[in-house]
Amino acid sequence: MSTAVEREVDRSQMKVSDEVAIQITNMNKWFGAFHVLRDINLTVQRGERIVVCGPSGSGKSTLIRCINALEEHQDGHISVDGTELSSDLKNIDKIRSEVGMLFQHFNLFPHLSILDNCTLAPIWVRKTPKKEAEEIAMHYLTKVKIPEQADKFPGQLSGGQQQRVAIARSLCMQPRIMLFDEPTSALDPEMIKEVLDTMIELAQEGMTMIVVTHEMGFARQVANRVIFMDAGQIVEQNEPEEFFNNPKSDRTKLFLSQILGH
Amino acid sequence: MSDVSYVRTKMLDEMAPPVSQVGPIRWARENLFSSVTNSVLTLLAIWFIYSLLAATLPWIVFSSFSANSLGECRTAIRDAYGADATGACWSVIRERYLQLLFGFYPSESYWRPILALVLMLVAIGPILFEGLPRKMLIFSGLYPFVGFFLLWGGTVWLPVTILLGFVIAYFATTMLGKVIGSLGAVIAAILLPVIWWLFLAGPVAYGLHAIVPIGLVPIESARFGGFLLSIVIGVTGIVLSLPIGVLLALGRRSDLFVVRTICIGFIEFIRGVPLITLLFVASTLLNYFLPPGTTFDIVLRVMIMVTLFSSAYMAEVIRGGLAALPRGQYEAANALGMDYWKSMRLIIMPQALKISIPSIVGIFIGLFKDTTLVSIIGLMDPLGLSTAIRANAAWNGIVWELYGFIALMFFIFCFSMSRYSMYLERKLQTGH
Ligand SMILES: Nc1ncnc2c1ncn2[C@@H]1O[C@H](COP(=O)(O)OP(=O)(O)OP(=O)(O)O)[C@@H](O)[C@H]1O
Ligand SMILES: [Mg+2]
Repeated sequence: MSTAVEREVDRSQMKVSDEVAIQITNMNKWFGAFHVLRDINLTVQRGERIVVCGPSGSGKSTLIRCINALEEHQDGHISVDGTELSSDLKNIDKIRSEVGMLFQHFNLFPHLSILDNCTLAPIWVRKTPKKEAEEIAMHYLTKVKIPEQADKFPGQLSGGQQQRVAIARSLCMQPRIMLFDEPTSALDPEMIKEVLDTMIELAQEGMTMIVVTHEMGFARQVANRVIFMDAGQIVEQNEPEEFFNNPKSDRTKLFLSQILGH
Repeated sequence: MSDVSYVRTKMLDEMAPPVSQVGPIRWARENLFSSVTNSVLTLLAIWFIYSLLAATLPWIVFSSFSANSLGECRTAIRDAYGADATGACWSVIRERYLQLLFGFYPSESYWRPILALVLMLVAIGPILFEGLPRKMLIFSGLYPFVGFFLLWGGTVWLPVTILLGFVIAYFATTMLGKVIGSLGAVIAAILLPVIWWLFLAGPVAYGLHAIVPIGLVPIESARFGGFLLSIVIGVTGIVLSLPIGVLLALGRRSDLFVVRTICIGFIEFIRGVPLITLLFVASTLLNYFLPPGTTFDIVLRVMIMVTLFSSAYMAEVIRGGLAALPRGQYEAANALGMDYWKSMRLIIMPQALKISIPSIVGIFIGLFKDTTLVSIIGLMDPLGLSTAIRANAAWNGIVWELYGFIALMFFIFCFSMSRYSMYLERKLQTGH
C-alpha cells in the first residue's frame, strides 16, 4: 500500500507552535436527516501535520470541507486563525483565501493555461498586479518542479504534474493552512511519489497541514498526529508510532489490519 | 550462436514513397475507392451531381438580365438561345435588388445603413477575433448608439442622453457603493437610470437639440425593409439574447426562490408559445396596454419579442452547459476565495459557454432565419417584399429567381456563422 519513499525526512523545521490554527468544538453536521459528523472536537496548532484516515464514508472529506466552508456545519463552532466560521460571507471568503485546498481530482481549470491557473485567484481575489502574480506563480511552479509547463493547458499534463500544479496554485494565495483530500488516490504509483515529495517539502517548511490519505508511509514520516475516524466520529488519535504499533480501539485495529494487509 | 547475431554495416538512405502513396491518386484511393461499396457510392454521387448540374446550369446561364418584365424576359431568352430554351430571369433581381436590400429606405440615405454595416463589422471584429486590439472594444460598446443614430436618424442628443443613463448606472455602482452598501448601490444603479430614461432623457435631448441642433433626417421604421430589416432584427436579437440567456440560466439555478421562480416562469412561458403569437402580440395587442397616444416603434417591439424569444432558448442551452461542468470546478473556485460572480465569470461561464457553442450558434442561425416571420405581421422583410414584387403585373409568376436569391443571401450569412463557430471551437480546444 505504502509507496512513499522510505527516505530521510528532515523533521528539524517541523516545529509545532503554541498558536492555535484551527479550533473545532462540539461540531455536528447533518446531510438532511443523516448525521454525518458527530460531536467533533479538534484543536490544530500552527505547524502541525495531521493525517486523517478511516473507512470510506466515515466523514473525512466532509470534516475538512467544513473547515473552509465548502460544507456548512449545523452545530458547534469552527474557528480558523481566530476567525469564527459563521454564515457571514465576508468571513467565509477571508478564511477561504487563507486556507489552501487540494482535491482528489485536482480540479484545475481546463480552459486556462497552467500559469493562468496560478495567477487567477491572486489577481482577482488578492488584487495582486499581474506582473507580480506571474512572478509568484513562476516561483511556486519552480518549487513543484514544473516551471517549463507554464504555458501548457491542464489537459496536456500527467496526473502527477496536474496535482503539483494544483499545489502551486494553492500556494500562490500564500495560505497558512493547507487541506488535502486524498491528493494521491487518483494517481499511478510513480506519480504518487512526486506529489508526496512535494508535500513532504511543504511540511519541512513548517506548513500547517491536514491530510486525508491512506498513504501510511507518509503518515509515519511526516505526521505528528494521526486521527482515525469512523461513522462520523473521531475514534482514536495518537502520534504515528504509537498509532500504528499500538492501536487502542478495536475499530482502529480492524482498519489497520485491512489497510496494511496483515 | 553466430546465425542469430547480425550487425548492420551500411545505413540505408531515405527514399521517396511510391507514386501510389502520394498526392491526389492516393487521396482518391483512400477516400473514394477504398472498397466496393465506397466505389459504387462515389460513382452514384458523381452521376447525381452531373444530373443536377445538367438540369440547372443551362437555366442559370441561358438567362436574361436586361428585360423589364417576365414576358420580355421570356422572349429575350427564346430569341437568344432558341425556341425551347428556358432560362432564369435575373432581370428581376437587377431591377429590385436595392429594394431587396434596403426596403423602402430613402435612396438618398442609403449611405447610412451602409456606413452602419461597415461600422458594425468594425465593432464586432474585436469580439469575434482575439487578435485585434482590445481598445477597439470601447467602440463596440458605443456602437449600438451609433448604429441607432445612423439608421433611425433624428437628433444626435437622443442616443447621447440614453447613453448617459448607463454612465449614471456606472457611477451609482462605483461611487454610491461606499456610501449606501452594495445592495443599495445595485438598486440605485437600476432605479436611477430608469428614472432618467423615462422622465428626463427625452426632454433633455430635445432641450439640447434646441440649443445645438445636430442630427440626421429621421426615418421611420415603416420604411425599413429587405435584408436591412432582417439584419437589424437578427443582429440585435443575437447580441442581446446571449447575455440575457446567461442571466436567465444563472437565475434558474439560483438558491433564491423568487429569482428562480421568475426565471423558470419566464423561460417556460416563452418556450411554450409560438414566435408568431408573440409577434402578433407585438404588432397589435401591445397597443392596448400602452398608454394612449404613445407610439412605440413597431420594429423596436419586434426586436424585443425576437430577443426575448431566443433568450429563453439560449438560457436552456447554457443551463445544459452549466450542468455538464463537474462540481469540482465550483469547489476549486470557492476554495480559492472567489465569490459567486467572480467564479461564474472567470471559471464557470467560459467553460459552460464553450461546451454550448454548437447549440448557441444553432439558436443564432435559427433566430436569423426566423426574422422572415415578420412578413406575417406586414413588415417588409425579403420574403414580404418578394410577395409584393410578385404581385406586380410585370413580375407576376416569377418564383425561383427571387426565392433563390433570398435563399442564397441567407445561406451566406448562416454558413459564415457556422464556419465561425467551428473556428471558435478549434481555437478553444485546450485538451491534448
Ligand atoms: N452532499 C452530500 N449529500 C448527502 N450525503 C452526503 C453528501 N456528501 C457526502 N455524503 C455522505 O456523507 C458520508 C460521509 O462522506 P465523506 O465524503 O465525508 O466520506 P469519506 O470519509 O471522505 O469517504 P471516502 O473515503 O470514500 O472519500 C457518506 O456516507 C456520504 O454518502
Ligand atoms: Mg472522501
